[in-house]
Formats: sequence, structure tokens, C-alpha cells
Amino acid sequence: MIEEIGTTEQGDLIINVGPQHPATHGVLHLVITLNGETIKKIEPHLGYIHRSIEKMCESLTYRQFIYTTSRMDYLSSHINNHGCALLVEKGLQIEVPPRAQVIRILMDELTRIASHILWWGAMAMDLGAMTPYFHAFRERELINDIMEETCGARLTMNYQVPGGVMADIHPNFQRRVKDIIKQLYKKLPEYDELVTGNTIFKARTQGIGYLSKEDAISYGVTGPSARASGVSCDIRKLYPYEGYEKLNFQEVMHTGCDTYSRYLVRMIEIRESISILEQLVDNIPEGDYQAKTKAVLKLPKGEFYTRVETARGELGVYVVSEGGTTPYRIKFRSPGFSNLCALDHMTRGQKIGDMVAIMGSLDLVIPDIDR
Amino acid sequence: MFLKEYISDVAGALKSLFIGMKRTGYYFTHHKEIITEQYPDNRATLVLPERFRGEVVMTHNENNEHRCTGCTACELACPNGTIKIVTKFDINAEGKKKKAVDKFVYHLELCTMCNLCIQACPTDAIKMAQTFEHSVYDRSLLTKVLNKPDSKLQEGVE
Repeated sequence: MIEEIGTTEQGDLIINVGPQHPATHGVLHLVITLNGETIKKIEPHLGYIHRSIEKMCESLTYRQFIYTTSRMDYLSSHINNHGCALLVEKGLQIEVPPRAQVIRILMDELTRIASHILWWGAMAMDLGAMTPYFHAFRERELINDIMEETCGARLTMNYQVPGGVMADIHPNFQRRVKDIIKQLYKKLPEYDELVTGNTIFKARTQGIGYLSKEDAISYGVTGPSARASGVSCDIRKLYPYEGYEKLNFQEVMHTGCDTYSRYLVRMIEIRESISILEQLVDNIPEGDYQAKTKAVLKLPKGEFYTRVETARGELGVYVVSEGGTTPYRIKFRSPGFSNLCALDHMTRGQKIGDMVAIMGSLDLVIPDIDR
Repeated sequence: MFLKEYISDVAGALKSLFIGMKRTGYYFTHHKEIITEQYPDNRATLVLPERFRGEVVMTHNENNEHRCTGCTACELACPNGTIKIVTKFDINAEGKKKKAVDKFVYHLELCTMCNLCIQACPTDAIKMAQTFEHSVYDRSLLTKVLNKPDSKLQEGVE
């Protein structure tokens, strides 16, 4: 392991990017071996914000542990909570009322849109464009307002509980969602004007960070990053949960395998999520928003696994239960960690300036990698 | 052939830059579409939604009575040990001992605003307040006693 700045015996330069570096979006530490400007090797170092969430969960009950997952991938915290709630429901065989299912999907898709929009701004900022970041926050703020009104918090919602959702939707919810759909249809062409067709952006992303289909599968890359390499991996389509099978939406795929196609996949995914919102926002069934559950939840003895599609890829929740009120062991298969593993492969032989673009296109959220 | 491609590349590049700059120029000249709010200048007009989770407070009525029976359901529901309830034994009019809350200690510095205590409370004694400016100069100021001094349990709450 190479620890310090210097040169190797072959005369290659070793530099550290991070842990305090604006391009890494957090405290990711990359040790880069450079031959001139060409990257020979990237070694990510983790552990700067390790909070031992998995170990913490072992001392929390099945109602309590859900809130910790909001702190993993904070940009898709709703979907993380959803995965945990699904696991408890699977273990206890709780039927979720149809109203709660629809509210959950609506919230998930709003989270996905907000996450992709923020990523769009951050990606453009990584490549030197400052304006898109503010445009992105304008729309994201509207979605955060919806979350604040219905869930009570803007980022770490903790709205999904075993058996349904914590509270019924706010009376303004449907009107607000329709407003945001209208706003997004008006503003998404602006996004394309600013970034998608921009020559500088295209020149810096096209043909860079090639990840073939085989490599994407072997590194375990999931989510939009893998779908841009032609891997069909959308959990919403392959292993539908919570009534996604009844909805009409496309799994966005691309075969460009480069940074630009990863960008395009996410931009089309925003539109797919909007179409899901349109299908559901007027069709929220009446009924309970939460199934009746016991005060103390005890999962039967055994192993349980559920997976959900977060904005970054597949989140797997694995629980070993010994029949008590707390899990014996919890493991989260977070999408960010596997996506980061492919970074070394994708950047070999590329220029150091492109490393930021490739890393940005993977949509890394560091607390998700380093739980 | 090479020259023709080169010129069309340059023309395409200039066109795409112009499209982007047009959008930027549009917002530069349309000040009404700016949505930034000037915090803290807008404190007087800032309205937070009623469900916003700022901190846990205990509701008291005009007779300085609360609804907390000291059942510790919130203490058990809390994932972080934020709430500590100190109970005492009151002697009521008939001379019987009755458990009552002495101190409802709330550690704001440990709280993650997950709303689980509010959900667990069987008597709706606590609720979330819409405050959000929690900065203080000393950490000990964040440990609060939620029941007011000399407050009593409201009649009829079991």
C-alpha cells in the first residue's frame, strides 16, 4: 500500500486527492499513481466517516433501525427506508394497504427525481459549469418542500414505517406534485439547453470512462451507471415490489458505455419517474395509510433479504434474526461501494483531468460507501 | 474535407455555447424569476409546515397541566437515548401512591428528529415544535427539562 506523496521506483508520481477535495463530494480519499498526466492506478481509501451503522442496528429494534438508513445514502433516504420497511413486512408477513403502497411509490420517485437533478447540477459543476447547480437546486427545493410538508423533514425523512407510512399525505400534496410535474416539463428543456447539447460538456464526457457490459457485471455495478453499459438491472422491473409491476414505465438503457451515456440515462430516468408520478398522483386509493401492527415487532428466526432500486442502484438489506426484538446481524449491500470499485478500471490510461468527470458520472455518495 | 469538418465543428460549438448563454442571459434580465430567499432577513415571514420536526416539546394547558403520565413509552421508542424520564410517587386525595413524572429530561444534542417518540406516546403529551435555530454557546444548554416547574398531570389522563 502506498501511503505518502512521492515517486515510485519506476518514476511515477503519487498524489492524494481528498479527503478534503471539492471534486470528491465528501471525504473520499483517492491515492492516484500518475505517469505524466496518465492515470496508472487509483486506490480509494475509506473510513473517514465510518459510523458503523450495521453494528448500531444490532442494538436497535425493528422500528428503530430504519431511521439510520436515511444517513447512508442521504439523497435517496426514502428508498433506503423503503427497503428496510419491506424487509420487516416480509419477515412478519404484514399486508401493506394499497394507499400506503401508492404513497410510498410517489415518495420514492420524488426522491429519485430530486437525487438525479442534484446529480445533474453537481456533475456540471465538476466540469466547471457553475450555473446549472443553481438551476438544479431551484427544482430540488420544490420537491424538498413537498417532503417537508408531508413527512416533516427535508432530507432524513423517516416516513416509512413497518406496515405503511408514518402519517397520511398532506392535503396539499397532490396539488404540489402536479405543480412540480408542470414545472419539470417546463424546465427540463432548459437543462438540455444548458448542458446536454453543450460542446464543452460533450467533448469532456464522450468516449471517456469506458465500462463494458462484461466489466459492469463483474464489478457489480448497478443502477443508471450499469444501465448505460447495456446491463438490465432495474430492480423495479426485474423484482417488482410495492406494485411497480402495475405501472407503465421503461427501463432506460443505453449502449454507449461512456460518461456521456451515463449522463443521458439519468436524464431520461427523470422523465420516466415523472411519468410514474403522473400515473399515480390522481389515483391514490382511499383507505388506511398504515396496517395495524403489534407494538413490539419480533422477526421469526431465519434470514431475510430484500432489495430496492435506489437512485444509485441496487440496495440490498440482509438480516439474520434469532427471533428477538433486535436483529442478530444486518448487512447493507450499498450501490455506491460497488460502483466505486469500478473507478480504478474505468480510469486506467485516462488523463487526470477526466478522472473528475468519470467519478462524477458514477454518482457517488460517500456516506453510502462508508457506512 | 478536413477543413469542412473543422469549420462545421467550430460553428456547432459556437451555436451550442450561444444556446446556453441565451438561457443564462434570460435569467440575468428576468429578476422576478429569482427564487432565493434572504435568510435571516425573512424570519418574520418564514412559515414552516405544521409537521416540521424541530424539537420535542411538551404541551401544557393554561392551568399549567400536561398530559404525561410517565409511562416511558417514548423513552423505550427512542433509538438514541434522547429521553430520560425521572418518576416520583404522588400521594393522591385517597392516600394512594400514584406514579407521576418528576422530570422529563430531553437531550436535544442527541435527538435525530425521527418522530418515533411522538408516535409511541399513548396520551399525546409531547409533540414536535417548528423551531430550528438550535445553536447555543454551551452544550449543557441543550439538555432540557420539558415539564414546566410545578406542572401537574391533567385530570382524566390515564
